[in-house]
Amino acid sequence: MSTVLPIIWAGLLAFAVFAYIVLDGFDLGVGILFLVEHDKQDRDVMVTTVAPVWDGNETWLVLGGGGLFAAFPMAYSIILPALYPLMIGMLLALILRGVAFEFRFQATSYGRFWWDIAFCGGSIVATFCQGLILGGLIHGIHVDGHAYAGGPPPWLNGFAMLCGIALVVGYALLGACWLIWRTNGRLQARCRRRAEWFAAIMLGLIGIVSLWTPLLHPEFTRRWFAWPGMALTSPVPLLVAVVAWLFWRALRKDHEVMPLLYVQAWFLLCFVGLGISFYPYIIPPSVTIWQAAAPVGSLDFLLVGAIVMLPIILTYMAYSYWTFVHSKVEPGTQYH
Amino acid sequence: MWTLDAYHLARAQFAFTVGFHIVFPTFSIGLAAYLAVLEGLWLRTGRQVYMDVYQYWLKIFAIVFGIGVVTGLVMSYEFGTNWSEFAYRTGPILGPLLGYETLTAFFMEAGFLGIMLFGINRVDKRLHFAATCLVTLGTHISAAWILASNSWMQTPAGYKIVNGVFEPVSWLHIIFNPSYPFRFAHMMGAAYLSVAFAVGAIGAFHLLRDRGNQAARVMFSMAMWMAACATPFQIVAGDALGLNSLQYQPQKVAAMEGDWAAPEPGAGEPVVLFGVPDQQHRVNHDEVTIPHVGSLYLTHSWSGTIRPLDAFPPADIPDVPVLFYGFRIMVGLGLLMFAIGVVSLWLRWRGQLYDARWFQRIVVATGPAGFCALLAGWVVTEAGRQPYTVYGLLRTAQSVSPVLTSDVALSLGAFAVIYSIVLAAALLFLLRLFAKAPVSHEAGPPHVPQRAAGIMPGPAGAILNSAEGTR
Ligand code: HDD
Ligand code: HEM
Ligand code: HEM
Repeated sequence: MSTVLPIIWAGLLAFAVFAYIVLDGFDLGVGILFLVEHDKQDRDVMVTTVAPVWDGNETWLVLGGGGLFAAFPMAYSIILPALYPLMIGMLLALILRGVAFEFRFQATSYGRFWWDIAFCGGSIVATFCQGLILGGLIHGIHVDGHAYAGGPPPWLNGFAMLCGIALVVGYALLGACWLIWRTNGRLQARCRRRAEWFAAIMLGLIGIVSLWTPLLHPEFTRRWFAWPGMALTSPVPLLVAVVAWLFWRALRKDHEVMPLLYVQAWFLLCFVGLGISFYPYIIPPSVTIWQAAAPVGSLDFLLVGAIVMLPIILTYMAYSYWTFVHSKVEPGTQYH
Repeated sequence: MWTLDAYHLARAQFAFTVGFHIVFPTFSIGLAAYLAVLEGLWLRTGRQVYMDVYQYWLKIFAIVFGIGVVTGLVMSYEFGTNWSEFAYRTGPILGPLLGYETLTAFFMEAGFLGIMLFGINRVDKRLHFAATCLVTLGTHISAAWILASNSWMQTPAGYKIVNGVFEPVSWLHIIFNPSYPFRFAHMMGAAYLSVAFAVGAIGAFHLLRDRGNQAARVMFSMAMWMAACATPFQIVAGDALGLNSLQYQPQKVAAMEGDWAAPEPGAGEPVVLFGVPDQQHRVNHDEVTIPHVGSLYLTHSWSGTIRPLDAFPPADIPDVPVLFYGFRIMVGLGLLMFAIGVVSLWLRWRGQLYDARWFQRIVVATGPAGFCALLAGWVVTEAGRQPYTVYGLLRTAQSVSPVLTSDVALSLGAFAVIYSIVLAAALLFLLRLFAKAPVSHEAGPPHVPQRAAGIMPGPAGAILNSAEGTR
């Protein structure tokens, strides 16, 4: 079996998942912010900022699932049954909030009240489930041969719950930063203040999760706290601190795009940290990338498509964003 | 027989969710193509009425497409949650097909959908047309890949089995497996027909209220052309697909026909117009048959025969009543649609297409016929593959996940509740949109973001436009 192909695929999948998190993250975040934004006009503006792009953002989740199915069918067929209720919960929540985009504009004012709840509740539940999925995966899934071995649900513990909460806060932060960029006036000012709060909480949660993770498996501990691994791992927390400082400076200086980019950099760093913990496992600590990989004939067939299509996709996605983001969405103009 | 274990619940859940999903992408495929034609006509002729019809159906498209996306997302994860053994064994084959679908189709649709729905004031007319065409192309490419997957499960080819796992040998044979071309042709026909009858019904409905409504005339006339041209194609394609199945999945066809035992020598296959199949006693009750007709369409000869159900072990045949009735529903509706197409041609020739109110009433009533036939067709195809998920090679009972029955039961219940809410709301909103007659300078989807600078600022603009939509 080829040794590089599975690594390339692990990298591509990581890219898809990361793209999903930072892109759908902000539009789920906009939904979460409905919790604190009650004004009808503001809500309309908020939804309008994401309406043309949310579908494309969610497609990265399809690529993540499809890619896992294609490149690591064994991991796909272990992780999904192990996290069954979370997967179903996430999918149902995404359905409710996905249809709410259209339905809340079709509904009468009474119906709209309910679809706003669906939009907000769906966003929160989907995000929380994603956090639990991550937490459950880190916490450990029991494996027997090529299948899920059962046992206590890997996600029913304090660690996974903490991951769930951290992700809700993180997406709300992404959403607030997106709105700082895309809106004006009082809504924008409120988002600035909220972003500071969310960032502070998120920083605390990142700290707790990062300290907790290495304690879960001896393998993780060795990776993070023993030489020579530390040479690789120690810059990560340092960079998180640097980005935090940059983020606050950008907020104070009324930058509009930069806060979003810094938060995304934060997510990237967490993601890299996660990668350091995981590698070379896809389901730590039992299944490696190579054990789970599909045969070469499948990996290279799809790789050709990925190499050809991803640059094209990124180009037209950028074009589509550009069509809609080169002017702000403002209340009072005719949106709805 | 039907116990409530994880296996049966998972089947019920898959059938429910995929049956729900398929209606919406099919609607999207046909409607996107129709929208592309309308916008092209508008660009060429400059006639406002085409833009009006375009905007009218664009609002429908926004709703339908959104539901297709979120229910499709469910499908791509359900293989893993409910059918993990299946996913483990077929992942190397079906995974890349789904991956290609995402890379070549889903992103393209999603990337240009925003421009198609909200961009009409933001980009050049021709660029907007290009976006409509690309979304249309995306829906078609998507169907091409997913049907390759499904056809491979029906007539697997190009694989080898290593330790119980299907591994690819030839992608060309995997994709262009024996039933693929027929299934693709028949499915595309189904998409166009379903949408044609939906559009025709709405056009007829508004013609009945106002004979002079130009947009309703355009809808009705275009839909009737499509009905007249596509039904014969659909029947020919269906016949070819049936012959293909006869070759590769003989017991499926025998079940569709309700053919339990071989006929007397020389008598040929009859067609069973009606009957009540009895799986336990392996006979049909209350049969009404016409001799030899079955031979005509199954073997294209006067007294050819096919392998009857009693030539197969009872554990290897599908649920006969489901196939038997499903097939009759599909074909019955197909023949009905064919008749409507023929009558429309005759009325058009007599110059009475817009005046024959009795005909318009019939067309209103057959609005859902295409979608019903489509679902019936899928039930025949998929239930007919039973008891296998990969025909002849992997049994459905061996495909299921090691999950708790209670989990599957609970999730099935949750799906039923949420999908019912979504369906009820969607029907309500669609019917509300359908009830409004298309007007001159029809408004687009309700939330077209405008340029920020200087367009009707202030609450007056907001109120005006929440009532009328925006242009
Ligand atoms: C508008 C929808 C529609 C209409 C009018 C028809 N069909 Fe159909 N049929 C479908 C929509 C459909 C479908 C949903 O698209 C199926 C399921 C899978 C497939 O490829 O096509 C299908 C499957 C299907 C199959 C099963 C293929 C298999 O073995 O897997 C046969 C034999 C036929 N069709 C034959 C016909 C005939 C002879 C028709 C003529 C009246 C007909 N269909 C009308
Ligand atoms: C013949 C059967 C099917 C056809 C023709 C079909 C076609 C389509 C189309 C055209 C879309 C685009 C969105 C839309 O138009 O609403 C779509 C969405 C989707 N379908 Fe299906 N589909 C079929 C069955 C399935 C099955 C069985 C799966 C599961 C593997 C699936 C997975 C998906 C996914 C994940 C999406 C969402 C795509 C997005 O986010 O843009 N589809 N499907
Ligand atoms: C989109 C249109 C489709 C519809 C309406 C449809 C419908 C159904 C139905 C009714 C069943 C239940 C059969 C039974 O239990 O008796 C089923 C099963 C199944 N289908 Fe399809 N199907 C579609 C497409 C697909 C595609 C494209 C795939 C794969 C790529 C697929 C994979 C399966 C699997 C894995 C099962 C579960 C096993 C089983 O119960 O048969 N289906 N489908």
